Amino acid sequence: MPSDARSLRPRAEHFVAPLEETPLQAVDAVDTTSAPRSMWGEAFRVLVRNPVFIVSALLILLVLFVSAFPGLLTSQDPTYGVLGRANQGPSAEHPFGTTTQGYDVLARTLYGTRTSVTVGFFTMILSTLIGGTLGALAGYLGGFFDAVLSRITDIFFAVPLILGAIVIGNRVDHVTVWIVVVVLGVFGWTNIARIMRGAVISVKNQDFVTASTALGASRPVILLKHVIPNAIAPVIVTATVNLGVFIVAEATLTFLGVGLPPTSVSWGGDISAAQNALRTQPMMLFYPSMALAITVLSFIMLGDAVRDALDPKARKR
Amino acid sequence: MTSTTPLLEISDLEITFSTSSGPVQAVRGASLAVYPGETVAIVGESGSGKSTTAMSIARLLPKNGAVTGGSIRFGGKDITSVPTREILALRGSEIGLVPQDPMSNLNPMWKVGSQITEALAANNVARGSAARKRTVELLEEAGLPDAARRAGQYPHEFSGGMKQRALIAMGLAARPKLLIADEPTSALDVTVQQQILDHLDSLTTELGVAVLLITHDLGLAAERAQHLVVMYKGQIVESGPALEILQSPQHPYTKRLIAAAPSLASRRLVSVKERERVVEQAQAHAAAAHAATDAQAPETGPAAADAQSPASDVVIRVENLTKDFPIRGSVPWRSTPFRAVDDVSFDLERGTTTAIVGESGSGKSTVAQMVLKLLEPTSGRVLYEGKDVTTYRGAELKSLRRRVQPIFQNPYGTLDPMYSIYRTIEEPLRLHGIGDAKSREAKVRDLLDKVALPAEMMRRYPNELSGGQRQRIAIARALALDPEVVVCDEAVSALDVLVQAQVLELLNDLQAELGLSYIFITHDLAVVRQIADRTLVMEKGRVVEQGATEDVFHSPREEYTRRLLGAIPGGSIPLAGAETIDVDVAELDSSADDEPEHAAPAPDEMPYGAFVNPADRPDRRDHGHSGGPIGGAGGEHV
Repeated sequence: MPSDARSLRPRAEHFVAPLEETPLQAVDAVDTTSAPRSMWGEAFRVLVRNPVFIVSALLILLVLFVSAFPGLLTSQDPTYGVLGRANQGPSAEHPFGTTTQGYDVLARTLYGTRTSVTVGFFTMILSTLIGGTLGALAGYLGGFFDAVLSRITDIFFAVPLILGAIVIGNRVDHVTVWIVVVVLGVFGWTNIARIMRGAVISVKNQDFVTASTALGASRPVILLKHVIPNAIAPVIVTATVNLGVFIVAEATLTFLGVGLPPTSVSWGGDISAAQNALRTQPMMLFYPSMALAITVLSFIMLGDAVRDALDPKARKR
Repeated sequence: MTSTTPLLEISDLEITFSTSSGPVQAVRGASLAVYPGETVAIVGESGSGKSTTAMSIARLLPKNGAVTGGSIRFGGKDITSVPTREILALRGSEIGLVPQDPMSNLNPMWKVGSQITEALAANNVARGSAARKRTVELLEEAGLPDAARRAGQYPHEFSGGMKQRALIAMGLAARPKLLIADEPTSALDVTVQQQILDHLDSLTTELGVAVLLITHDLGLAAERAQHLVVMYKGQIVESGPALEILQSPQHPYTKRLIAAAPSLASRRLVSVKERERVVEQAQAHAAAAHAATDAQAPETGPAAADAQSPASDVVIRVENLTKDFPIRGSVPWRSTPFRAVDDVSFDLERGTTTAIVGESGSGKSTVAQMVLKLLEPTSGRVLYEGKDVTTYRGAELKSLRRRVQPIFQNPYGTLDPMYSIYRTIEEPLRLHGIGDAKSREAKVRDLLDKVALPAEMMRRYPNELSGGQRQRIAIARALALDPEVVVCDEAVSALDVLVQAQVLELLNDLQAELGLSYIFITHDLAVVRQIADRTLVMEKGRVVEQGATEDVFHSPREEYTRRLLGAIPGGSIPLAGAETIDVDVAELDSSADDEPEHAAPAPDEMPYGAFVNPADRPDRRDHGHSGGPIGGAGGEHV
């Protein structure tokens, strides 16, 4: 019971705010004016206001356009090499000059985009499918499955992506783009699996999953309709960054001579060839390297922007 | 002392937050005064500006918040715009703070004692061995037995109640003149809350410290403070002597708050409900009889209003339900079973509500999960309409799921953030293959109407809704399959008082309209009083008392029930004008800490950020009354 004995308040005033200044509102009234906002809609609104996203998206569009229609930007054939025009500087006909083999540097850089984007894109799809499936199953089923699948993931994680690919690449006689995709995909899914597993575990313990169980949804239905849609966002972020990593990996393998054969057009192969003429023809190294750097950077920037949009908590302020 | 100058005087305070969508005024024209040695309580719902006002005193507002008008005078000196250095000097030594969440306000890496020693050193009270000696004295003073040993322990070795005692010791370490207590007990069980507040009371009286108590619980505020300040949407709508405000509230908001606060008004509210109930039961009879003609429900009407009448129609019978959880032992292969639920039996009659009440860790939610068939019982049976459903699988289980539906506690976790409201409510219909797209849409509209939400809401997403609205969507989803039993697991505990009252009324109306049977799991006795026909009181996995709700409240047989009822704040305050239906138990009568869960997470919580706050889960909260994890029961008793 309150006692007024120890109060030093001079007198007990009782203040009441005039009602016109503090009008009462209905309890928990519904705001029917604003437009509906889904999580993806919200994320998109954040994205389009992010300059990092705008810049990276424009660069990626450019890269995609070049890889789709490299012939629109140059009339030269990237595989036509004439020793008679070797080691030329920039000219109207060859704006980036020519290589020691007499190839047109601009044409090779443009056509090389297609190889890199193909490898990066399909490897990303393959590794996300493998890693996403295994990670989701491990996280959702838990127990014994989780233990086994997680150890398998650890084993693959212990093999460096490049090392694994070098070993396989050395055993295969004629390496094509698709072999590179499979090899990189098989060794590059582990981080996706780990992220998917963690996200699935955190989602599957939420009340709405329990509510669906109690509504009568079966376990596969819950996994596909509730758990994966809610766990996919961090996987998308990682997959976008991975795309850049796989492009670098392909270039590295080709540079080392265990990737695509010298007959194919690839930035990695061009960089490898250019290092012999580094002192005399530095621009030969510069163009494919720049193309590689810009492409990879734009995918990594896109990943960052998507992360910011999907997970505001990870945003650094 | 003859001084009549207030210790703290706030006049026309304006606080503005700059947000991405422009400036938002959180507090407008607030004026209040705290005199030396008195306790003033600021009462309001979440978002009313009560904490913002209190935090501005010690200049602890978030970075985007600023005082944009008015003045704060402390000890006669204007501190509104003095340099931060001077505020730093005031903090701790003149103004102490007891934060809201004891679980997260102690650094887990440091021993409790050294955190208090640090506070002493920071305020130049004592250093070195003198400070360590003083720390032990302070902990003793805060009511921790064996304080010397306790000072050397880490926060995880303390129960929630003990942590809050340590934080109180810290707040009072430098003998401040004013102690700001921001919801100091809202994360604790009622019995622990009572001990802590009793102790805080006697300590501040002894030391002559003025207390500014921030709370959402009007009953608690009225019991502990001499002066009440009621805030609503950033403004002070009413302030004055506690008793006067409770007995003759002037502002319509205060009136509404007092009418909705279960702890104060349950007496009156229940009497109204009792009268309503007679009418409702008649309607329910008609509804059930109607349902019986076109559905296959073979049973007779719902049970009579009076729970004391003999059982006529039991929907769910729980027999000797027991659940053991394995607890990891000292070695990996040796686990010891922990009995979470021990031999629980009860009946749920059609059209009635059975409440299961208990403090955190009492096993009440585990019972709910077993009734919902989300957990397998270790032994015992659950009978649904006389049939044992314990072994149901596949199609049988799916048809049972249609008839027993849950509503969960956390309104922010219960809806899939990726699903629009329409998809959420439609999901159960789709899962059970009911109707076509058109008839499902009609059903969703109908359900939204039932829970008093506009149909335009269908295309919205959960992140746009308030906690109360989400909970109404969850109710609509639970009702989509026309279930017979709804299991409400702390369904209203996370809601503000007014919204809570609204949702309870909705549940009550739906019961009358549809003849639903509820199992109502809660820690809040006031809510039980308002909605339940029968009540089970659980403690440490066992049912310690069960009977008709009125019997349990009027003449509790068990010491534990009496203790629970006695711990409810605001129970002893005489309300003028309330029709008293039970004079004999005036001190046990009204009930409840409204929402011991601390404030709900922001509505824009992201889906995969997984809001998992251990303090939010009632069963993982502190096990205060049964003793700390290490220290035994002594820690909680004053």
